[in-house]
Amino acid sequence: MNAPTTQSVATTERVDYQVDPTAYKHWKVAYDGATATLTLDIDEDGGIRPGYKLKLNSYDLGVDIELHDILQRIRFEHPEVRTVVFTSGKQKIFCSGANIYMLGVSSHAWKVNFCKFTNETRNGIEDSSQHSGLKFLAACNGATAGGGYELALACDEIFLLDDRNSSVSLPEVPLLGVLPGTGGLTRVTDKRKVRRDHADIFCTIQEGVRGQRAVEWRLVDEVVKQQQFAARIAERAGELANRSDRPTNAKGITLTPLKRTIDEAGYHYQFVDVSIDRKARVATLSVRAPQTNTARSEAEILAAGVDWWPLQMTRELDDAILNLRTNDQEVGLWQLKTAGDANVVLDIDATLVAHQSNWFVREVIGFMRRTFARIDVSSRSLYAVIEPGSCFAGSLLELALAADRSYMLDTTDGAAVNTLALSAMNFGLLPMVNGLSRIDARFYREEQAIGAARAALGKILSPREAMELGLITAAPDELDWADEVRIAIEERSALSPDALTGLEANLRFGPGETMNTRIFGRLSAWQNWIFIRPNAVGSSGALKLFGSGKKPQFDWQRV
Amino acid sequence: MAIDYNERIPNNVELSSNKTLQRALEQWQPSYLNWWNEMGPDNSTNYDVYLRTAVSVDANGWAHFDHVKMPEYRWGIFLTPGEADKKISFGDHKGDAVWNEVPGEYRSTLRRIIVTQGDTEPASVEQQRHLGLTAPSLYDLRNLFQVNVEEGRHLWAMVYLLHAHFGRDGREEGEALLERRSGDADNPRILTAFNEKTPDWLSFFMFTFITDRDGKYQLASLAESAFDPLARTCKFMLTEEAHHLFVGESGVARIIQRTCEVMNQLKTDDPAKLRAAGVIDLPTLQKYLNFHFSVTSDLYGAEISSNAATYYTTGLKGRFEETKIADDHKLDNSAYEVMDVAGDKILSRHVPALTALNERLRDDWVKDVQAGIDRWNRVPEKLGINFKFTLPHKGFHRKIGMFADVHVAPDGRLLSEAEWTHQHQNWLPSEEDRLYVHSLMGRCLEPGKYANWIAAPARGINNKPIDFEYVRFN
Repeated sequence: MNAPTTQSVATTERVDYQVDPTAYKHWKVAYDGATATLTLDIDEDGGIRPGYKLKLNSYDLGVDIELHDILQRIRFEHPEVRTVVFTSGKQKIFCSGANIYMLGVSSHAWKVNFCKFTNETRNGIEDSSQHSGLKFLAACNGATAGGGYELALACDEIFLLDDRNSSVSLPEVPLLGVLPGTGGLTRVTDKRKVRRDHADIFCTIQEGVRGQRAVEWRLVDEVVKQQQFAARIAERAGELANRSDRPTNAKGITLTPLKRTIDEAGYHYQFVDVSIDRKARVATLSVRAPQTNTARSEAEILAAGVDWWPLQMTRELDDAILNLRTNDQEVGLWQLKTAGDANVVLDIDATLVAHQSNWFVREVIGFMRRTFARIDVSSRSLYAVIEPGSCFAGSLLELALAADRSYMLDTTDGAAVNTLALSAMNFGLLPMVNGLSRIDARFYREEQAIGAARAALGKILSPREAMELGLITAAPDELDWADEVRIAIEERSALSPDALTGLEANLRFGPGETMNTRIFGRLSAWQNWIFIRPNAVGSSGALKLFGSGKKPQFDWQRV
Repeated sequence: MAIDYNERIPNNVELSSNKTLQRALEQWQPSYLNWWNEMGPDNSTNYDVYLRTAVSVDANGWAHFDHVKMPEYRWGIFLTPGEADKKISFGDHKGDAVWNEVPGEYRSTLRRIIVTQGDTEPASVEQQRHLGLTAPSLYDLRNLFQVNVEEGRHLWAMVYLLHAHFGRDGREEGEALLERRSGDADNPRILTAFNEKTPDWLSFFMFTFITDRDGKYQLASLAESAFDPLARTCKFMLTEEAHHLFVGESGVARIIQRTCEVMNQLKTDDPAKLRAAGVIDLPTLQKYLNFHFSVTSDLYGAEISSNAATYYTTGLKGRFEETKIADDHKLDNSAYEVMDVAGDKILSRHVPALTALNERLRDDWVKDVQAGIDRWNRVPEKLGINFKFTLPHKGFHRKIGMFADVHVAPDGRLLSEAEWTHQHQNWLPSEEDRLYVHSLMGRCLEPGKYANWIAAPARGINNKPIDFEYVRFN
C-alpha cells in the first residue's frame, strides 16, 4: 500500500481554494454576450499533487477548485451571462472524469473530501439554475465518461456529438470496482429519470451508450452531427438564455482576492476567524458582524460590492470551511461563535430580504445558502457557543441551527445580557440540501413549534425564551457554564471520529430525502464504504490495479 | 436564605467562596434534611446523641465529640489535603499530573462510579432505620447513630463531587440519591445488597463488619483515582469507615463472648439449651457470617470484568494500596489466578490481570475479613471453648460471576440441585433462626445495662465509661 505516504504528502502541503483567475491551468473561459463557454483543456502535468498525470481530460481537486472559482465569477462578475456551456478543448474526448491514478494513490480521507467538494460544486450548478437564472448546457464533443458525464448530468441539458464514436458512460463499476459517486448514479435516476433497467445496463458496461439510444434512454437530450454541433449548441444556448431573468445591463462585482492571514494558530480574515487548538482537536470559528449596516438601498449595496458584509463574510466563511475540511482533518470539533450587534445583523437581513430580487442580492443570498449548506455536510462535530456579545441573529443564527448542539449562557443581567433572534432569513431563503429551512428541519415541519418560532420573528430572545422555543440545546448559567461547555467538548472529542461522522450525518437531515441528500447520504456512504474495501483498494483491488494490465482479484463474498 | 456555610457545613473546600457549590447546596441541603427526617433513624430527631463530628481534617479536628441532635449534626465536606505535584500512579495516564477537573472523556463513567458509591451511603441508613427501636444498649444505640450520621456525611462527600464537578447533571444525580429508597419496588437503590433488610442487630453488626468492609476496599481503590478530588474525598472517608468496621467486629465479638460465657456457665454447646438461655448459639452466628460474606462478595462483580479493566487503564479506579504494589502499574502483560467451574470441578486458571481486577479486590477483602475472623476466634479460645469460625468457599451462595449457576458447599464441594436444597439450611440462616434472633431484640436503654445476648464492651467511646449516657431521650 502506498496510500500512507501519499497521505503524508497530502497533509503537509496546504491546499488553497483561492486561485488566480488569470492563471487557470485547466479551463479556458470565453464570454460572448449572454453565453459563457467553459472549455475544459486539462494540463496533464498540472496535478495538484505529484505522482500522476491528468491524461484524457481527467480531473483532480485542482481542476475543480478552478471550476468553483469560475462559477463564482460568472455569478458575481458576469451578471450578463445567462447560459454556461461546458465543452472540451481536446480531440474526441469531453472529459474522462476523476483521475484514477490520483484516486489510487490518495488516502481515503482525501478521496472523500475531494468527492464532497466536487459534489458541492455540481449541486451549486443546479442551485444557480434553480435560483439565479443561470442555465447550463453540456456540449459533449467527445467521449464523456464517469465524472465527465456526472458534470454533464449537473447541467440542465446534455448534447452529445453524434459521430458513431462519442458516448456517455459511467464505467466505474466494470472498470474500477467503485461507484459513479459524484452524483452520477443518483442523477441518472432522480433527475434524468432513466428507467432503472436501462440505468442498470448503462452503469455496468464500460463502453457506455451513444447516438440515438442515448437519447431514447434519456441519458442525453440531443445528439448532433459534427458539422452542426457548434451551431446547434450556440442556438440552444441562446434559447436557454431567453428563459433567464438575469439582468442585461448590470455591472458585475469583481471578486478581489480575499485578505487573510494563515498561520499555525489558524485562519484570520476581517469578519471570520478560525483559531485551532491542535492538542484538543478543536477549532473555534467566529463570525463577526459589522459595526453598522451601511448599505440599505440597491445603489448602496452595489456600491459596497465585494466589501458588502454579507458577501465578504460569506466568502471568508466559505474559505475557512474549505480550509478546515481539507487541511485540518484531525480537528474534529468546530466551536461556532459570533460577535457583534444582533440588531445590525437583523437590519442587514431586512435589507437582504427587501432586495432579494436584485440580481446581486440574489447571488449573495445564494452564496450564503450554499456556504451554510457546506456546514451541514461537513464531517465535523459542530457546537454553537452563544455568549454575551454574540449576534446569533437571523442569518447568523443559521450557524447555531446548523450545529449539532448549541449552548447558550443563561444570563440576562446588564452588560452580560445574552440574546439571539430570528429573522425572515431563517424561514426559507437559506434551505439545507434537503430543501428545508433549518427551522423546518429542526422541528420536523411540525406546525406548532414552527409557528411559535415564526411568532418570535424579529424579537430579541432571552436564553429562557430560546430554550422554550427549542432553538438551543441547553442554557447553563454562569456557575455551570465553563464546566458544561468544556466537558461537552472534551467528551465529544474523545469519541470515534468515524462513528461521529455517521451519527451526525444521520441526525442532521431528519426524515425525507431529496436528490441531494441521496447523493450525500446514500450514494456517498456506499461509495465511501466501497472505497475502503479490499475489492477496490486492496493490493489486488480494481482501483489499485487500474492501468497495470493486471486483473483484479475479488473476494466474491457478497456483503 | 443566608447560610453561614463554614459554621453550618464544616469544610475544607472553600465553600464560603464557591458560588457554584453554595447554589447547589442551597437546593440540596433542605432536601437532604427532609430525607433524613423521613428516612433516617426512626423517631430519633429529638435525641441528644454523643457523636463524633469532623470539623477539620487535622488530627484534632476530625474527631470532635459532643451531644447533638442528629438533624443538627454538622455534616461537613472534607478532602484529605492535596499533595503538590501529585502524579497518576497507574494505567495509561501513569506519570501524568492528576486531574483536578473531570476530563470530558470520562465524565459519564466517573459520574456512574460516584453515583454508585454515593447510593450505598443513604441506602444503609434506610436499611438500618428501625434498629434504634431494639437497641441492646445506649452504647450500641450511639454507635448505630454514629454510623448513620457518617454514612450521611459520606453521601455529602459524594454529592459534593457531583455538585462541584458535574454541573446540572451532577445536581440532578444529587437529587436522585435522595429519591431512591432501599427496598422500594419501583425506585430501589442501585445495588441489590443495599435493598436487603437489616432486620436485627446481629445483621447490623455483620453488615458493618463485612459489607462496610467492601465499602472500605471500594473507597481505597477510588482513593487511588487519577481524578484527585475523588481520591482525596475517599481517603478522608476511610478514616471514618474504620469506626464502622470496629462497630461490626466488636459487636459480633461481644455476642460470641456472651454466648461462650453462657456455654461455660451451663456447660453445654446444645443450641436448644443456649437459645433457652437467651443467647445466640455459635453455629447460628456462623450461618449469619456465611450469608453476609456471600452476599457481599457479589458486590465486587464478576471475576472477569472488562469494565474494571477500563476503569483501571483509564485511571479512574486503582487497586487496593496501588502505590505499594511492586509492578508496572499498567498490567498489560501480567496474569492473575481466578477460580473457574469446569464441568464438575472447580479449577483455577490464569487470566489477564487487567480483566481480573474485581477478583483481586475481592481477594484483598477476603484476607481482611479472615483477619477479623481470626480475632473473633480468640474469644472462644480464651474461654476454653472449642469452636472456630471459618469463611465459606468463595463460590458458596453466589449470584454473580463464575459460581452464579452452580451450588457450592462452604467447604468448596460442587453440589447438585437436590443436595443444595437438602442442605442449605445448615449453612444459611433459616426462617426459624431469623425468628429466634428477632425474638431477642428488645430495648435495653438504661445507662450501663446490656441486653442478655451481648456482652458489655471492654471500654466506652472517647474514654467515657461504659455506663455513660451516650443518648439522652429528652
